[in-house]
Amino acid sequence: MVNFILRNIWQRIILLIFISIISHAIVHLAPGEPALVDPSNPRMKPEDIARIRAAFHLDEPLHIQYAYWVRDLFTGELKSFKDNQPVMEKIWERFLNSLPLFLIATMVTWCLAFPVGIRAAIHRDSTFDRSSTFISYALISIPGFFLSYLVIIFMVKTFNVPVLGMRTFGLEGASFLFQSMDRIWHLTIPALMSAIAGTAVLSRYVRSQMLEVIHQDYMRTARAKGLPEDQVIYRHGLRNALLPFITMFGLTIPGLIGGSVIFEQIFSWPGMGRLGYEAILARDFPIILTLNFMTAVLVLVGTLVSDILYAVVDPRIKF
Amino acid sequence: MSEPVAIIEEEVLPPSKGLFQERWDILKRNRMAYASFWFLMFLLALAFLGKLLTRYIVIFDPKIVRLSEKFLPPLTPFTSLITPKEDAPTFGIYFFGTDELGRDVFARMLEGTSVSLSVGFVAVGIMLTVGIIFGGIAGYYGRVKLGFVTVDTIVMRFVDIMLCFPTFFLILTVVALLPPSIYNIMIVIGLTSWMGTARFVRAEFLSLREQDFVAAARSQAIPEWRIIFIHMVPNAIAPVLVSATLGVASAILTESALSFLGFGVQPPDATWGNILSDGKNFLFDAPWLTFIPGFTILLVVLAFNLCGEGLREAFNPKLKTTT
Repeated sequence: MVNFILRNIWQRIILLIFISIISHAIVHLAPGEPALVDPSNPRMKPEDIARIRAAFHLDEPLHIQYAYWVRDLFTGELKSFKDNQPVMEKIWERFLNSLPLFLIATMVTWCLAFPVGIRAAIHRDSTFDRSSTFISYALISIPGFFLSYLVIIFMVKTFNVPVLGMRTFGLEGASFLFQSMDRIWHLTIPALMSAIAGTAVLSRYVRSQMLEVIHQDYMRTARAKGLPEDQVIYRHGLRNALLPFITMFGLTIPGLIGGSVIFEQIFSWPGMGRLGYEAILARDFPIILTLNFMTAVLVLVGTLVSDILYAVVDPRIKF
Repeated sequence: MSEPVAIIEEEVLPPSKGLFQERWDILKRNRMAYASFWFLMFLLALAFLGKLLTRYIVIFDPKIVRLSEKFLPPLTPFTSLITPKEDAPTFGIYFFGTDELGRDVFARMLEGTSVSLSVGFVAVGIMLTVGIIFGGIAGYYGRVKLGFVTVDTIVMRFVDIMLCFPTFFLILTVVALLPPSIYNIMIVIGLTSWMGTARFVRAEFLSLREQDFVAAARSQAIPEWRIIFIHMVPNAIAPVLVSATLGVASAILTESALSFLGFGVQPPDATWGNILSDGKNFLFDAPWLTFIPGFTILLVVLAFNLCGEGLREAFNPKLKTTT
């Protein structure tokens, strides 16, 4: 077991090195660089551009720039090109904003998708199954930002509640209760919106997994033994159907960064996705690279954890 | 003595049907998927027609600007005295209204149909090409050793690396750094979505390469590229077809999301995505500018998804036609 984990960690570290090299190459080789963001600015003289390029090591060969980036990343010295702030601090600040959004969205996704999917699978071809199938396809197919706009209009017109941003401006002096209510209102709609597509996809997976399990021989055996139907479905069926979802859970973690650009943009939520988007617009290479690197770390840690959990949960897997 | 042996009806096998005929019959039973399929065929015809009409017939031209006619609601008849007669919209009526520059939204949507679909199809074409090549190499030459690692390991590790990038973020990075053009968008969407196809093709190839027809082809000294592309790929086509159909759906959605952020297909080319993201600025004054492209995207992507799921079920080997 320990051997398995160590080998896995070792493989993932090698993967991570390759990923960072490739993403570094993509970002640096693509046309457009920090000095060219604002070419029409008359105060930018060629010597200024040269000075900026020298300050950011942009004139060095690629592999040296890569070495600089790695050194700065691990000593915590990495500075943003745009405002010279430490990258890790900026990301940490945005991470704290993204975290509640991500947690609530994930909770909604998993709490809704499982009951719906299980029910649809048990009552196959019922009205519930057909309508939930159709609705989940419709929710997968709708552009997220279009749906969000519809919901924003609906919420603002009907309930007159604030939805944009993280908090209402000017409420800093209000009582704690009032402030937290305000925060919750601001959090609800974006979290629901980013949960919707995930819920639809996940409930489809749950349904097909349950359908697979329901026709197994051990289910018939369990029924033949005279076990109550609930126990057959939830003890014998669901436990087996759940296994693949351990892997899926590991894969949702990177959604923390990449999956939320659109929603954070619509709801003007100052999270990590938006930080990345702003960094891309400003050609802020250190932030783009570090965000990419952190996503890769999250993916690899997620898959590692799910591999280990899989082995812990499923007694058939031996090392 | 010799009595003719009576032929018993039940023992006669039904005439054997081809794989696609058989699967097609299964697909037909799924009414929603079947309806989606014909809807998509209709849409394809519409896209071709729209391309021709907007290109060659002036009154269908989606780029005509009529500033005196802006923000007309849908189904307004053309009555303006200021705008010259030859700039009148199709059939003298604004089916879908006009936008902030007085352009006919119907003509723009018609043009957008072909552009949006071609973004989807070209992106999927790239995705399939790359996916089949990588999956085929990993599946067919998987056991060949290069130094101390097998080809399979190299290719599949590369797939793993690609899966570690947050896809939308990567697309955004590349599209924002490259000069904006419709071809870049197609290529980038295609190059960031081939991993699933490669995995499917590899899995199919792993079982196909052990089968007799591949051994027979090899014994006749048929070149390897021919074995891969002519003999093996058609046998692995089912999962590819499914992921292609679903891929078009997600490419259309990705394009509209990029348009929303301002990195999509640039004007004057109209796509559903950029009509929608332009329209959202006038959500209260001219809601049709948002709703028409929004629901069009919903309907078309839904049709692609339902059709793809129908195909997946039809090609599921556990389901056989019982008749």
